Amino acid sequence: MNLNLILLIALLLAAFWTVLTIRLVRSVVGLALTSAILSVIMFRLGSPLAAVFELSVCSGLISVIFVTTISFTSRVSKERLTVRRRERFVKFWYLPVILIAAGLALMHLSRPPVFKFPVASVTQDAQSVLWNLRHLDLLGQVVVLLAGAFGVVILFKEKKDER
Amino acid sequence: MPSWFILVPFACILILNLAPKTWMSRFAFWLAAALACAQLILAAGNQAILQGVVDPLAKFFNFSLAIDGLSRLMLISIAIVVFAALLAGRYTIATAAKRFNFTNLVLIALIGMNAVVMSTDIFSLYVFVETSAISLFILIAANKDKSALEGAFKYFILSAIATVFILFSIALFVLLSGGTSFSLIRAALAGQGGAFLARLAMLLFLCGIFIKSGLVPFHGWLPDAYSSAATPVSILLAGIVTKVTGAYVLMRLVTQVFVLDARTQNLLMFVGALSIIVGAYGALGQREFKRMLAYSSISQVGYIVLALGCGTPLAFAGAAFHLFNHAIFKSLLFVNACCIEKETGTLDIEKMSGLSQRMPVTAASSLVASLSTAGLPPLAGFWSKFIIILALMQAGKNTYAITALLASALTLGYFLILQRKVFFSKPGEGVSGVKEAGTGLVLLELSLTLVTIGVGIAFPWVYNYLILPIL
Repeated sequence: MNLNLILLIALLLAAFWTVLTIRLVRSVVGLALTSAILSVIMFRLGSPLAAVFELSVCSGLISVIFVTTISFTSRVSKERLTVRRRERFVKFWYLPVILIAAGLALMHLSRPPVFKFPVASVTQDAQSVLWNLRHLDLLGQVVVLLAGAFGVVILFKEKKDER
Repeated sequence: MPSWFILVPFACILILNLAPKTWMSRFAFWLAAALACAQLILAAGNQAILQGVVDPLAKFFNFSLAIDGLSRLMLISIAIVVFAALLAGRYTIATAAKRFNFTNLVLIALIGMNAVVMSTDIFSLYVFVETSAISLFILIAANKDKSALEGAFKYFILSAIATVFILFSIALFVLLSGGTSFSLIRAALAGQGGAFLARLAMLLFLCGIFIKSGLVPFHGWLPDAYSSAATPVSILLAGIVTKVTGAYVLMRLVTQVFVLDARTQNLLMFVGALSIIVGAYGALGQREFKRMLAYSSISQVGYIVLALGCGTPLAFAGAAFHLFNHAIFKSLLFVNACCIEKETGTLDIEKMSGLSQRMPVTAASSLVASLSTAGLPPLAGFWSKFIIILALMQAGKNTYAITALLASALTLGYFLILQRKVFFSKPGEGVSGVKEAGTGLVLLELSLTLVTIGVGIAFPWVYNYLILPIL
């Protein structure tokens, strides 16, 4: 089987796990795993920079922020957990139905695009665009990471100090 | 020169965090305050000097930034509100460590806002809108009580939805124009006329910005975020951040990027008028000081959007001037809230009474800010509302002009109720030990009051020096 197909199936399974799992922490792990698999797919499709950002920001930083937030919540009761476990498949029954219906519709109704898009004038590869042309956006990303780091310090470390 | 407004605050953050923390935590406030003052002096100085200075950093950084009249007005507003928030934080945040982190995040928000108002590229603009928003999510949540986390969560979720709209819209702009610079997109949109895809891209972007601005019907997050954050954070959020990431972006794109047709103009005017009315009625029913100010903000941003929808140069001047005025008088009202909360320990309007006898400066400054918000002459708010209403009448939009006028009367109504209950009623037993909230905060109140009165009295000079260069 094609490796890309295996990765795509793994991506879907990880995404389903993220949505259907009961515990929030497991859901975050599932999300990080989904992002990591997506990074591998991006890497294999020839977008190493996008893969690195996906891995560092989505799989890394965002997971840390989610775990920080979860640390402020309390556990659900056993009764509520049982109800959730029972309801989780029934609640979103329509989602796979919509997904399969949309897939079938796209397969049978595939038509040429209605709009004619102009060809983008940017011909440089992603690396040269990022490092040579988009200095401001790069600085913006660095500042966002810095803000994330302060977020972890404020929400995590200060909480530890308060304890 | 533009890159200085970004790189110097960035360098300050690095210095603050790389040097020994025990030493730097003492100087963090002074460094950030000095930075805000320097920005105010530079931006308020001669525009020709601001644009003419050769930027030595331009050789190393390929930044798509420019300073025009509107950027200059916004840089001044940002500097004033950031200074006010820093000073309020210095006197109300309990521990040195928390003050240090607050200062760092305010500097990050400053970088984001400065970059937004100088950006000439739609993707860079988006990146820095998010930069400011992220620092604010953290600042709102920093209180860590239930309401603060709820406020931060609502702001975060609705911001994420706005992001989806904006990113999708940017992708469509890239498809249509082949680039992300304002000039490229403008040319492509002008060439496309009323093509479906161009209209869809503009509509999606407008929806995203309506959410970021907290306009009706996308205003659900705003009262919770404003009222649950610590008051110095509310000053920053209400005074400038939501204005830069919402109203300013709208102003820049509507005037310099989008090609508006009559339907889009009508949409803007309808959303603006709806926000004016719903915000004013919402403010009437509030018991909590900051929630009332939050609804008042929705109403005042409505005036800006209504003027943008009108589309004439005079209406645009009114919108820009009202944005500046709103930054000043809303910051002043939140500083008043900060002083009251510090002294009485509550912001429940029903629990306050007769504070004018105990806090005369806070009472007087709050009255000036309220009257300016309502648009009473000769205060600053009067002139901006007057220009907006005049522009609407000149454009033949009499219904909207009358709506704006009547809503001003409603604004005066809810602020007079607030003033009577909080300051000018008979003092209750609970306020016996209350006094002014300290020299620093009182001086801040006086300074912002003087700006509100001064801008109103010196209106012709302000109009010539700050507003005309925008047109």
